[in-house]
Amino acid sequence: MSEFDAADAQGLLRFGYKKMTKASYALLRVKHVAAAQAWLHSAPVTTAVEMNPPPTAALQVAFTAPGLLALGVRESVIAEFSHEFRGGMAQESRSRQLGDVDDNAPENWSWGGPAYGLHLVVMFFGEPEPYEAFVQTSKGPGWNDAFDTLACLYTSDFGGVEPFGFTDGVSQPEIDWEQQRKTPCTQLDYTNSASLGEFLLGYRNEYGKYTDRPLLDISPASAGLPPAEDAPGKKDLGRNGTYLVMRQLQQDVRMFWQFVGQQVGGDIAKAEKLAAAMVGRTRAGDPLEPIQEQPIAGIRVKPGEREQNRFTFDQDPTGSRCPFGAHVRRANPRNTDFPDRPGNVWRKLITMLGFGPKGFRDDLTSSVRFHRIVRRGREYGTQLTPEEALAPARGSDPERGLHFMCLNANIARQFEFLQNAWINSTKFSGLVDESDPLLGNRAPIPGCPVTNDFTIQKSGAVRRRFSGMPQFIKVRGGAYFFMPGIKALRYFGQVEESRVS
Amino acid sequence: MVLAPIVPAREEELRRLLASMNDGPGRVNANNALIPFAKFNNLHFARLLILDDKTTADARVYGLRRKPYPLYLAFLGDVDSGENDFLKDLAKAAFNGLRKLFSCCEGFSDDSNLLNWMKAHRKPSIANYVNWPGRTVRRIREEAALQEALERHLSKECSLWDISPREIHVKLAQFVNEEKTSGRLTLSDESPTPPGWWIRNLLHLVAMPLLVLLLSPLLVVIAPFYLIRLRMLERTDPELCPTVDQAYTEELSLGEDHYVTNQFSAMGSLKPGPVRLLTTIGVLSTVNYAARHIVRPGRLGRIRTIHFARWVFLDGTKRMIFCSNYDGSVESYMDDFINKTGFGLNAVFSNGIGYPTTNWLVMDGCGDERKYVEFLRRHTLPTQVWYKAYPGLTAIDLERNGRIRKGLEISSLSDQEATEWVALL
Repeated sequence: MSEFDAADAQGLLRFGYKKMTKASYALLRVKHVAAAQAWLHSAPVTTAVEMNPPPTAALQVAFTAPGLLALGVRESVIAEFSHEFRGGMAQESRSRQLGDVDDNAPENWSWGGPAYGLHLVVMFFGEPEPYEAFVQTSKGPGWNDAFDTLACLYTSDFGGVEPFGFTDGVSQPEIDWEQQRKTPCTQLDYTNSASLGEFLLGYRNEYGKYTDRPLLDISPASAGLPPAEDAPGKKDLGRNGTYLVMRQLQQDVRMFWQFVGQQVGGDIAKAEKLAAAMVGRTRAGDPLEPIQEQPIAGIRVKPGEREQNRFTFDQDPTGSRCPFGAHVRRANPRNTDFPDRPGNVWRKLITMLGFGPKGFRDDLTSSVRFHRIVRRGREYGTQLTPEEALAPARGSDPERGLHFMCLNANIARQFEFLQNAWINSTKFSGLVDESDPLLGNRAPIPGCPVTNDFTIQKSGAVRRRFSGMPQFIKVRGGAYFFMPGIKALRYFGQVEESRVS
Repeated sequence: MVLAPIVPAREEELRRLLASMNDGPGRVNANNALIPFAKFNNLHFARLLILDDKTTADARVYGLRRKPYPLYLAFLGDVDSGENDFLKDLAKAAFNGLRKLFSCCEGFSDDSNLLNWMKAHRKPSIANYVNWPGRTVRRIREEAALQEALERHLSKECSLWDISPREIHVKLAQFVNEEKTSGRLTLSDESPTPPGWWIRNLLHLVAMPLLVLLLSPLLVVIAPFYLIRLRMLERTDPELCPTVDQAYTEELSLGEDHYVTNQFSAMGSLKPGPVRLLTTIGVLSTVNYAARHIVRPGRLGRIRTIHFARWVFLDGTKRMIFCSNYDGSVESYMDDFINKTGFGLNAVFSNGIGYPTTNWLVMDGCGDERKYVEFLRRHTLPTQVWYKAYPGLTAIDLERNGRIRKGLEISSLSDQEATEWVALL
């Protein structure tokens, strides 16, 4: 096992660049291969090395599977990337899994849909002052020869608040950069710490194994790549790379607050309370569950920050504090490998054989540690406060929403699983007729005509059910990218001939 | 299961016929002209598939040359009645359609008697799992209607919102009684289990332990040799888990995720030799026995998402088919298995050629998630036609609805019981 090489990884995973409040994402198509490779070969891509003082601007690059092909990467090499990455987000069967149907369908996307021809995304981040100049110098003189710009996605800074008005990005897994986690293991306490291999290719994941990625024979062309940890004599094209999932989510903020307001008779305080139940946190980001006394591995706050993450849903098995269907409970149920935490081998065996707890909702969700993502989303459009949103609209609303981004090493097991089995599932945690109160597409499924309810469970009383929730979030675009390590990026930037030989 | 080899020249025609039973890939027309599934009120699941095993050449890693197998047509159904009764009903209700389908198979001619032919082509399974033995299609539908009626009633009756759970229980029981009296709801009594079944079940319950007991002296003697041999095999058995062809995974996913429940069909060849064969038979017999007599209803180990599953030997004991009906997407299905019951998965499937290396039969194996996922996908077969009688209901839904009904049948619940019951609504 070798140490994490920060100089070979792009920095987005490690830093997030929150202080660089300006960002834009150029969606590109390769125009001239040689020019594109020349640009990639020398692009000033920002690494994960910790700098003092930290940089004030950053450049990141990621490719789609057709993009790698366009750059001359052999098909046999691309074939070693994961199925999801190669198939792409806009595939029909994938759309069913992700809920990208009806209004959300890729045919209606403004980017990333079928035949859009996206090859790569170049991301610019910067503090306001150096930002513009940084974009220009990063592009350099070769930019226009190298790429056709299909679109440029601009972001806004809402100050850590997503468009509906809730503090965003409170909960993120803590990556085990030092590779201290012993895997495989049985995790009986919720942990927020995740193996490095869950987010970077070429390192051990939560199973103690390595995720799919191309391993190349040693040749002059691959000489610059890092060695494969698990395959002696092979070069690892994936190492220090990660998969980037991008989705443009248009949020109808006015519709959200007006719906919530109508349910409670227009009272703003009550509206905020209902909205908090839907999200699972208050607007300030406080969880609906109490902060627990015992520490949780991988959760610590910086001095002066509020404790908003030290909780699980263990003490709320009936959903009476935080509804089962609340967004944060769906996105991270905070459970463990065994629901009843068996203290010894015998108890463990009993649970494994199905003779453990027998409550209706016991053991319904998979162990969460295999399904974590690191989110790096940014808002776009103009902000609208809940108060403004509750007032009648004056004219048409400009588009606003989230450029959702997440990073993971196994798209199928992490992002797609989360989206499909938890966020979109009408049957999550034994619920019926619901989908995620924020993200749900409300589309009927054969046999399940209703998917637009939301339930607030009550202890010792009948649950309150809200029905007829409209679709608040519409998918406007999306794609899967491979965000390579620096050495792999330089490899992609080599001239084709040297690689073929 | 009815199984018959397909006449090679008729394969295309058969594929067209099967496709004609669907509205689109993966979406059956329950009233299709060939087999109108919806007409059968005791049929839970049904599937028709062409057993086209792309992995038979894997036997070569053991130096075995196998002549190409014919393609088979398999027809599986999960029914409440006995298999004979169901085949009889089937032959009556889908007479022409079945004749059309089976005429593409070897040995079926215009003068074949359909029922006798199907009976002659029956293929028994070596192991079976039923989520909830005895829960009939009728009961499932009645209980679903009950749940929906309660749901509607609760949404209207604000008076129920702020009373104690026990009061809610009493009031809802009254409501359900009124609905039943007025004929808007039906909750039939269980039809009594035929005494023949009880006797057979009892014999089955006793037979296996008795057999094990009788054989135990022999087993004790063999055990060390068996374990040593097994361990040697595990160290040398080759893995065959290459990345599955992208086009093939895409073809498979066309038929998936149309409903909250999915089908899964897979086949492969068994590793050669008596140790592997005995292990397979031993493990599957245990699974079968446990599923029938030991496990809690609704749970297979920690798994609560499987409706029905079965294992069938093919070509003697050379190959095996596994078919199941599970809730959620294939990704969650595999995940659930690896993390919740990996040991069982290893014990059952590690006897198939190419399975990721196990350690003492139950350890490692599928713990190498990436290899396991590719192995499984590689052995998965597209299912041409798949029918589910209650497409919107998961196994958890069925359990909930059953619990709701059971609670209603108890006239007085304790505070605790009433609270738990109300939480189901």
